[in-house]
Amino acid sequence: MLDRVAILWPEITLLITVMLLMLTGTSKDKDLRRAGSWIAAMGLFIAFVLAVRMPEPDTLLPGLAGFVRPAACVVGLLLLLGLGSVDTRYEIEIDGGRRFDPLDATQGEFLCFFLLSLAGLMLCTTASDLIWLFLALEMTSLPTYIMVASGRSKIAAQEAAVKYFFLGAAAAAIFLYGFAMLYGATGSLHLIDIRAALEAQAASGGVSALAILGLTLAIIGISFKIAAVPMHFYTADVYEGAATPVTAFLAFVPKAAGFVVLMLLLSTALHLGEGGQAWPEALRVLLWVLAALTMTVGNALAMWQNRIKRVLAYSSIAHSGYMLVGMVAAMEASGSAADSPTTNGFAAVLFYLVVYGLTNLGAFLVLACLQRRGEELETFDDLEGLWDRHGGYATIMALCALSLMGLPPLIGFFAKLFLFTSAIRAGEYTLVIIAGLNSAAAAWYYLRLAGVGWVKRPGTAASEVERSPSGGRRFAAGLSAIAAVALVLMTARLITAGNDAVRLRTSDVVDHHATLPDDTSTAARH
Amino acid sequence: MLLTLLLIPTLTALAIMLRPARHAAIIAFIGSMVALVWACLVWNAFDFADSASIQLAASWTWIEPMGLSFSLGVDSVSLMLVMLTALLIPLSVLGSWTAITERVREFFLWLIILEIAMLAVFMARDLLVFYLAFEFTLVPMFFLIAVYGSTNRARASIIFFLYTFTGSIITLVGLLYIAWLQWSHTGHWTFDIATLTATAASMTASQQAWVLLALCCGFAVKVPLFPVHTWLPLAHTEAPTAGSVILAAVLLKLGTYGLYRFAMPMCPVAFNEYAPLIATLCIIGIIYAALVCWVQRDVKRLIAYSSVSHLGFCVLGLAAINTTGVSGSIMYMINHGLSTGALFLCIGMVYERYHTRSMDELGGMARRMPVWTFFTVFFVMSSVGLPGLNGFVGEFLTIFGAFTSGQPLQGLPTTGPLGPWYAAFAGTGMILAAIYLLYFTGHLVFGQYHVPDASRGGGHDHAHHHRLPRDLSLREVVVLTPLAILCVWLGVQPDAILSRIEAPVNQVIAAVETASSQPLAAIMTEDGEGH
Repeated sequence: MLDRVAILWPEITLLITVMLLMLTGTSKDKDLRRAGSWIAAMGLFIAFVLAVRMPEPDTLLPGLAGFVRPAACVVGLLLLLGLGSVDTRYEIEIDGGRRFDPLDATQGEFLCFFLLSLAGLMLCTTASDLIWLFLALEMTSLPTYIMVASGRSKIAAQEAAVKYFFLGAAAAAIFLYGFAMLYGATGSLHLIDIRAALEAQAASGGVSALAILGLTLAIIGISFKIAAVPMHFYTADVYEGAATPVTAFLAFVPKAAGFVVLMLLLSTALHLGEGGQAWPEALRVLLWVLAALTMTVGNALAMWQNRIKRVLAYSSIAHSGYMLVGMVAAMEASGSAADSPTTNGFAAVLFYLVVYGLTNLGAFLVLACLQRRGEELETFDDLEGLWDRHGGYATIMALCALSLMGLPPLIGFFAKLFLFTSAIRAGEYTLVIIAGLNSAAAAWYYLRLAGVGWVKRPGTAASEVERSPSGGRRFAAGLSAIAAVALVLMTARLITAGNDAVRLRTSDVVDHHATLPDDTSTAARH
Repeated sequence: MLLTLLLIPTLTALAIMLRPARHAAIIAFIGSMVALVWACLVWNAFDFADSASIQLAASWTWIEPMGLSFSLGVDSVSLMLVMLTALLIPLSVLGSWTAITERVREFFLWLIILEIAMLAVFMARDLLVFYLAFEFTLVPMFFLIAVYGSTNRARASIIFFLYTFTGSIITLVGLLYIAWLQWSHTGHWTFDIATLTATAASMTASQQAWVLLALCCGFAVKVPLFPVHTWLPLAHTEAPTAGSVILAAVLLKLGTYGLYRFAMPMCPVAFNEYAPLIATLCIIGIIYAALVCWVQRDVKRLIAYSSVSHLGFCVLGLAAINTTGVSGSIMYMINHGLSTGALFLCIGMVYERYHTRSMDELGGMARRMPVWTFFTVFFVMSSVGLPGLNGFVGEFLTIFGAFTSGQPLQGLPTTGPLGPWYAAFAGTGMILAAIYLLYFTGHLVFGQYHVPDASRGGGHDHAHHHRLPRDLSLREVVVLTPLAILCVWLGVQPDAILSRIEAPVNQVIAAVETASSQPLAAIMTEDGEGH
């Protein structure tokens, strides 16, 4: 058991930080309360350093933790910067002479939930069995329900939180049901054993229907986390209702966790058998349809929106669709370990996830950086003439939107490129064409988003737009725009790292990267 | 050497960003002139005796696992287009000197960024670098139209962007497919154009047909060929003058260049097989667009449609797949760039004075603007194809190429899938071109003198800091003169270009012929050695 704990230091660090924040958040000292963000950033930074240095866990995809955990910390730091102080009302009231009451101070709690959710995402990557997987996934989601509700005083936020919670609970039930069936079909909770059992089944006449049904239900349940059609209905309302920095969080953290879990689950049935045959056909079709539907529905709905957060919400659905293309591609390519980095679907998804996380954040933060009469910006009209009044934000928005569109030479293009190459490698031409046409459809609204600040002259509504006081947000938005350009130079390193991250654990070859001896961890598991 | 040619505009762009807006135009002009001088040095350094091979090559590894390298190099065909680009940018800058009054700095910045992208397209030796630059041209052009265009600019810019973006994504899929084939043969990625061309040419006929279709999705939209041309009149009409000039003169050539550089050698069998279809589309485009021109009342829209018609000839020459047709087509690319670019400049000069493009409101300009009239009539003649001027050479060669395509002529085996009928129909386009362009000249330049009321024009004039003389200013004459000189020179001395591009053109044709019919190719190579 102890060696299992040894790989969890980054998560443990975050939990310790959470406890500290619980204390400082209720402190009477104003400065100590305000230091909460710094403490959280410190915790995340230490977690990042630890995550880079941690040995590989003995899971189905042993490299995954080494890629996703540092990435989660980096995006987490940017999100934290962007968060600024989400709910400042209380502090303002205190300044206005109200007596301090620890029960009403929410800032510390909010940061706690923020870190807990990130810790959940990181835990997903080290999951070795279904129970862990489920708990980690729920640990990612549960805090987000509260963050949606408490991040904003509007009634819309409460509504969004309730919707999000109930649908999330239903989704959790669905995939838990799927896990149960998978357990029934294979007789084990451990992913490695499940894979072995499925391999045995495949060798002797095919994977059992129960296992496929279990995986299908699990995939559908996870569709909720990644906001894939048909489990996408909550997205627009929840994203719009939540405070913008929280929306940015929702668009990345639960989605990343969903894809990580999806990768681990799909790996149990990846290239079954000696010859590395393709997947069970039923799953391939399921994912194919999910991918095509998700992209198309997401883009089709995003095109008709006039509220920017709804556009970004629907477009995040579409992005999930693109990433599902990578999932389909990963299923078909044989012998992914020997594959080149640029044809591996999982690696492409990881790459896309990081790129999407960084650039989407920038787009959301531009909205969070600006306000009109103390309210967040909502429609395209609010952005008119942005270039003349706040040129920096218009540039950031343009860079992020064009990168999300996939326009070369920004990083978003390369993210799509790898998805496309992996899918072409897998022979999924139709899906690639669908993805291509969808990218073109997405250009419609992303172009609008990128251009609206330039094309229109500032109107009366736009003249009231001013910067919100949070300097951290500005900084974070700038960083993500820089990432959209500068990551191009690091593409090779990132995609190679992604490829290393998703190699399947091979039972007989002892990996030289792992410092944990293979046998002890196997023994510990039983 | 070529990298420097990219760095000069890059530094210019940086300088424009850092200096105050009132210096933007002068910096852009100086920078693009330096780039032009440097392009001339490149021309000088290029060894035309060996014009078919890639010269002045340079390469830097970029994304290793993807086999992507930043490689540059030119053969004589790309060098011609590089020269055209480098020439037109300073002229466009000079031409927009007084026309742009708002957001001046951004305007010249986008123009120079556009120059970087266009130069990179023609110099790219790596498929992905080509594609990156090809796509990236959309962004500056989008902003040029969307911010500086006329009334309907928002719609025009979005249609322009989406049309070309959609097409080129499908092109990307086709290109990636070829790269993947190469990968599956050798086990590592490369996007080197020469390597991939060789790989692609070994595809089966049906694979080639699909790849050709994918490539045509992007390139045909860019050219534009007949059914997918609808974005062009709108974009041209709404764009600011410099935007129209660059769009017509260089950006459309990205499509024909793409067809010449990728579609032909990569899918030789399919291109040979579908050339009649492509040629038919060209001819429909030539005649249809010419007829549309005839009834236009908006002068800019008229010239825009004439581009559709003219580019039809250009692709027709490619589809002829013989030396005459293809080198005529490349000649046509340059000629169209010069004369249509110049016509857009001329119209822009009138627009700047009277703020209208409608033939109903303008007429008889010859009485008020004799110098302008001289240039306009001159470029109309060049565009119509008056013998002695450049337009004639390209038009004649493409039609002649189509005529002799597949016809034994004087005992020489000529190659290609077209025939006299194609030439005959395309020839009617020439006649129609003469009709609509002379009709345009008759109305706008001669005829009854009338201009819009001073009251209407006056409203706009408040925005003008510079008062323009009634006829062309010295600056405007300086913009048009180099183009006019080139038109005469290329009309009298077309061999200056034709002899220089013959070797690479023959190489492409030989590649197509070898792949599509073995015995014929054998004869052709012997023939080629005989010369």
